[in-house]
Amino acid sequence: MIKVEGLTRKYGSFVAVDDVSFTCQPGRVTGFLGPNGAGKSTTMRVMVGLTPPTKGEVTIGGLRYHDIPNPGRHVGVLLDASAQHGGRTGREVLTLGAMTMGLPESRVDEMLDLVSLTKAEAKRRIRNYSLGMKQRLGIAHALLGDPQVLILDEPANGLDPAGIRWMRGLLKNYADRGGTVLLSSHLLHEVEQIADEMILIGNGRIVARGDRETLLAGAGPAQTLVTSLDNAALAAALQAAGLPVEQAGRGLRVQAAAADVGRAALSAQVVLTDLRDGGAGLEDLFLQLTADTQREAPSSLQAPTPEGTVA
Amino acid sequence: MTSPSTGSVSGSVTGTSPIVLDVTDTAPIPFGRLVGVELRKARDTRASFWLLAIIGIVVVLAEAIALIVTTVNDDKIQFGDFTAVAAFLTSVLLPVLGIMLVTTEWTQRSAMVTFTLESRRSRVILAKLAVGVILTLATIVLATAIGAICTALYGLFNGHADWHYGWDGFFGFIIGQNLAMLTGFALAALLLNTAAAIVIFFIYTYVLPGLIALGAHYMDWFDKLAPWIDFSSAQGELYELSDMTGKEWGHLVVSGIIWLVVPLVIGLRRILRAEVK
Repeated sequence: MIKVEGLTRKYGSFVAVDDVSFTCQPGRVTGFLGPNGAGKSTTMRVMVGLTPPTKGEVTIGGLRYHDIPNPGRHVGVLLDASAQHGGRTGREVLTLGAMTMGLPESRVDEMLDLVSLTKAEAKRRIRNYSLGMKQRLGIAHALLGDPQVLILDEPANGLDPAGIRWMRGLLKNYADRGGTVLLSSHLLHEVEQIADEMILIGNGRIVARGDRETLLAGAGPAQTLVTSLDNAALAAALQAAGLPVEQAGRGLRVQAAAADVGRAALSAQVVLTDLRDGGAGLEDLFLQLTADTQREAPSSLQAPTPEGTVA
Repeated sequence: MTSPSTGSVSGSVTGTSPIVLDVTDTAPIPFGRLVGVELRKARDTRASFWLLAIIGIVVVLAEAIALIVTTVNDDKIQFGDFTAVAAFLTSVLLPVLGIMLVTTEWTQRSAMVTFTLESRRSRVILAKLAVGVILTLATIVLATAIGAICTALYGLFNGHADWHYGWDGFFGFIIGQNLAMLTGFALAALLLNTAAAIVIFFIYTYVLPGLIALGAHYMDWFDKLAPWIDFSSAQGELYELSDMTGKEWGHLVVSGIIWLVVPLVIGLRRILRAEVK
């Protein structure tokens, strides 16, 4: 439904988005992941015609955004929940949107109900809203025109855990009904539970894509963490079976699948107390893939010395 | 906030999964609707509401003061004079209105939403311009209506109302006030910043004519050039509209191109092409 082809956006010599191509399918939630400044927002602004691309093209349902009549009725957009006049009330913002799209005022009440903003909250001016309330209002605004496509930039930002869970349910439900959802985040855990497909972007380039399993499969060879009542005997058995093994904390790290480790333990008659996948998680993969673009390298963190003086 | 529910999101999104957007039944947003939306935006915040209220209050107060002073002193005053008093003040306030119509969208960043809902930006700008003209005309109607009431009251108190208005004054009023509003609009489009646009407008109106007069006084060649670049003086001629010759229209058009059309065109080009963040 959303098709990004060879999209490049340069600012002088800085390349914000570098030859990015991907598609978002109807009925699926596509997560757009990357650290701050990776090019997510620029890509999304190009999608809705707010930023002209240097090269490449984006189409939504076969049309360029500019060629969609009354676009709010087809594509729901939330790019920045704070980009609203602080002096307007929440209700007024939705009313202006409904008026522009040619929708009845009753639609405003429906949307306020949907995002659980009360009548009293809707009467308050937006400058007095918390970020979470602005996000709810932004989501309501995006859904006003009953669109087939949703483009949401960091919608979970500022939502409390209950709000994030609510939003997940809402978007999942929307996609299950055939809608196309593209949502961006710099936080993996916000996205990994609902995204059917993830696109990882770093430094303006796509570094990985696919569903959870595909991404994890590409994360490197299988690793297993194992602890037993007799680690020495187990290590010997594993080495005898030709599996590389090393000490890891109170247990062992083995370059093999959990089943192979279990089998070796069984034949050596060692009692296991812990056996689990030790492969890089999605989080590690995410950090590793986007490492070049991270502002802070995790290794630069130093624990304070007990005396509180810097070593 | 009540406990959130995952209610139904939409009616038309159903099990089918179209790859192509069906837009055959979707009409583009009519221009009149955009004007209606912009008209609402021009009064739905405290700042914009009070600007409109102040314009109304100033018109009424200015004409009421003119009525009181002339009645007490038994000075002569015509219908047209009442509106002229109001026009003098609104020619300062209407440009601020023109500026606010454009800049609030940028300083408050709501342009992101506005240009997403109507991606043909030129139509949004045209709608804003139409709102500027509508509100300017409303100001003129108000000033004229209050002027009529004041003239009637003057007649009641002094026994000799003078209903002379003059088409010259009327059309000069309409054109002049719209040019004032447009100048503000053009500067706002160029600068996209409320404070800067207001400052530049006052330099335009109060400092520039003085500088031009000063230059004309000391330099002969500039004296001949001055009428062609002095937009304020050229607009002053409008109040004797029927006496305006081709030369005076020429002054208005040339100075108008320099001080109004050029900044407007540069500003519009920028708005239409700029990246909206």
